[in-house]
Amino acid sequence: MTSRTRRGVPLVAALLASVAVLFFALPLFGLLQRAPWSDAWDDLTSPVALDAMRLSLECSLWATALSLLFGVPLAYTLARGRFPGRSLVRAIVVLPMVLPPVVGGVALLYAFSVNNGVVGGWLHDVFGLQFTFSKAGAVLAETFVAMPFLVITVEAGLRSMDRRYEDAAASLGANRWTVFRRVTLPLIAPSLYAGAALAWARALGEFGATITFAGNIQGRTQTMPLAVYLLLESHQGTAIMLSLVLLFVSIVVLVLLRDRWFGAARES
Amino acid sequence: MSLDAEVGLSLDGFELDASIAVADGETVAVLGPNGAGKTTLLRALAGLLPLGAGRVAIDGEVVDDPSAGVFVPPERRSVGVVFQQYLLFPHLSVLENVAFGLRSRHVSRAEARRRASEWLERVGVGDRADVKPDVLSGGQQQRVALARALVTEPHVVLLDEPLAALDVGTRTELRRDLRAHLGSYPGARVIVTHELLDAVALADRLVVLERGRVAQQGPVAEVAARPRSRYVADLVGVNLLRGHAAGHAVTLESGATIVTAEEQAGEVYVAIDPRSVSLHRSAPEGSPRNVWSGRISGTDLLGDRVRVHVDGPVPLVAEVTRGAVAAVGLQDGVDVWTAVKATELVIYPA
Repeated sequence: MTSRTRRGVPLVAALLASVAVLFFALPLFGLLQRAPWSDAWDDLTSPVALDAMRLSLECSLWATALSLLFGVPLAYTLARGRFPGRSLVRAIVVLPMVLPPVVGGVALLYAFSVNNGVVGGWLHDVFGLQFTFSKAGAVLAETFVAMPFLVITVEAGLRSMDRRYEDAAASLGANRWTVFRRVTLPLIAPSLYAGAALAWARALGEFGATITFAGNIQGRTQTMPLAVYLLLESHQGTAIMLSLVLLFVSIVVLVLLRDRWFGAARES
Repeated sequence: MSLDAEVGLSLDGFELDASIAVADGETVAVLGPNGAGKTTLLRALAGLLPLGAGRVAIDGEVVDDPSAGVFVPPERRSVGVVFQQYLLFPHLSVLENVAFGLRSRHVSRAEARRRASEWLERVGVGDRADVKPDVLSGGQQQRVALARALVTEPHVVLLDEPLAALDVGTRTELRRDLRAHLGSYPGARVIVTHELLDAVALADRLVVLERGRVAQQGPVAEVAARPRSRYVADLVGVNLLRGHAAGHAVTLESGATIVTAEEQAGEVYVAIDPRSVSLHRSAPEGSPRNVWSGRISGTDLLGDRVRVHVDGPVPLVAEVTRGAVAAVGLQDGVDVWTAVKATELVIYPA
C-alpha cells in the first residue's frame, strides 16, 4: 500500500540501486551462461567432482554437529552467565567471522599441527589425531569459521526469549535440565535452526582456512570450493557445475531462512 | 499456618519488606497499586527470587532463610503459580501444558495425561485438550493455567492478577468459577490483584502493599470500613482525612477542624462516605455541625450518580444525583459549601 506522504523512491536512488542489483545479478548470469549443460552429468559424476561433493557434505555436517555440540552451551553461557571478561570471550568467539580465512588457517596450523602446533603434538601422541592433510583438519577448519554463526544466532535467541516461561517451568517442578530441554530449546528452535543452517552453509563454502591448514588432497581435504579453484585451470566445465551446485545450496538455505530474515520486512 | 513468610529483599533499588501468613483453606488477597511489589512478593514466595533477609516457611518447613543458609529452589517447593498473562507454553498442547508439572515430577506419561484431562474437564475446557494455547480465548487460557497450577496438588497456590487480562464480559463468570475452584482447593491461596472487586469476591483477608511495605491488613470488610491509606480509601471510595483529636474536635493539618460525635484523643483517621456529604451554594444553617467552604475541582460520572470533588481546607468528594448537579449548578470552579453530620463520621486511631 502506498501512502500519501511517501510516494516511491527518488529517481537517483532508484538508478544507483539498479546498478547495485546488476552488480549482484551479472555474476550469476555469467555463471549460468557459461555452464556446459550438455556435459553437465559427466562433469558432476567425474571422480574428482564426486569426491569433492561427498567430502564437502561429510565435513560440513560434522562441522555443523560440532558447532551445535559446543556452540549451544557456549551461547547459553554467553547469554546467561555472569562472569568477568564475557565481552572478551564473545570477541574471541566471533573473531573468525571477520578474520581472513587464510589467516585463520595459518593460526590453526600453529595450534594443531603435529610438528609446530601448541597442542598438535600432544593431541597426536595421546589421541592419535592428526589434522594437517587429513579429513579431521578440514572439519576443524570448517568448524572454526562456522561455529560463530551458530553461537551469535542462538545467543540472540536466548536473549530475546521470555524467560518467565522458564520460571513457569521451574514452578511446575522442572529441574534445570528439564527446563532447558522442554522449554528453552523449543522456544529458541527458530534461532537454533537458523544458526545451524548458517553454520552449515558457511562450512560448505569454506576455502581459505581449509586449503592453508588441511591442504588440498583429493578425497581427503579437497572440498568443493577447493576443487572449483583447482579445476578452473584444467576442467572448467566441472568447476562451473560444482559452483552451480554450491549456488543452488545457498539459494535453498536462503529460502529456508526466509521467514526468519524477511518475515519482518514483508509484514511492514 | 500453611504459608508463613517475612520477605525482605532489594531489587534494582526497590526495597520489599513484607510479612504474610496464610492458613490452609484461606485466601489472602495482596492488593496494591502498580509497582508496590506484589509480583516481587509472589516471586519470592515461589522461590524465583531468593530472599535478602527474612524467611519463608511452607507447611512448617523452612524453604528460604538466608541467615541459616537455607534455600529450596522453586522446582522443589510445593507451590503452584498462575502467572500474569498465564504463560502457557506456546509449543505444547493444552493437555501437555497441564501434564507438564506431573511429568517433571516423574509421573508416568499415561497417568499424567489422565490426570491432566481430568483437570481440564473440571475447569471446563476438556474439549480443547489437543489445541495449542494461542488459539484459546483469554478466559480459556486462565482456566488452563489454573489447572496447570493445581494438578500437582501443591500446598500453596499463588495467583498473579488472574483476572486482569480478561475483558469485562467474561470476568464475572471467571471470577465466580475461580472462587469455586479455589474453594475446593485445600491449601493456602494468595492472590495478587489491584482490583478491590476481585479481592472482595475471592479473598477472606486483605494485605495492602504500598511501596514495598504492608500498609494495612485484615478482613475485607474491616479494611474497607477503616482504610488507613489514601490508596485504600480511593479503592473503597471513601474520603479519608487525618488529624489530631482532642475532645469532640479533630484538627487537620490545614488547620480546619472537624466536630465529632464521640470524644477521641491523639492521631486519628476520619472516614467520610461521599454519600453523607451534602453540597450547598450558600452557607447552610441547620443541624450539621460540620460546614466548610470550598470550590469544585472536578466531577466524575458514575452511572446515574455524580462524584463531585471539592477543594478547600477540608478536601472532600461528595456523591450526588445527576438531577442535583443540574438543579444546584455544580460545575467546575463553582464555590460551594460542604456539610457532614457528626454522626456520619467514622473515626479510628491512626
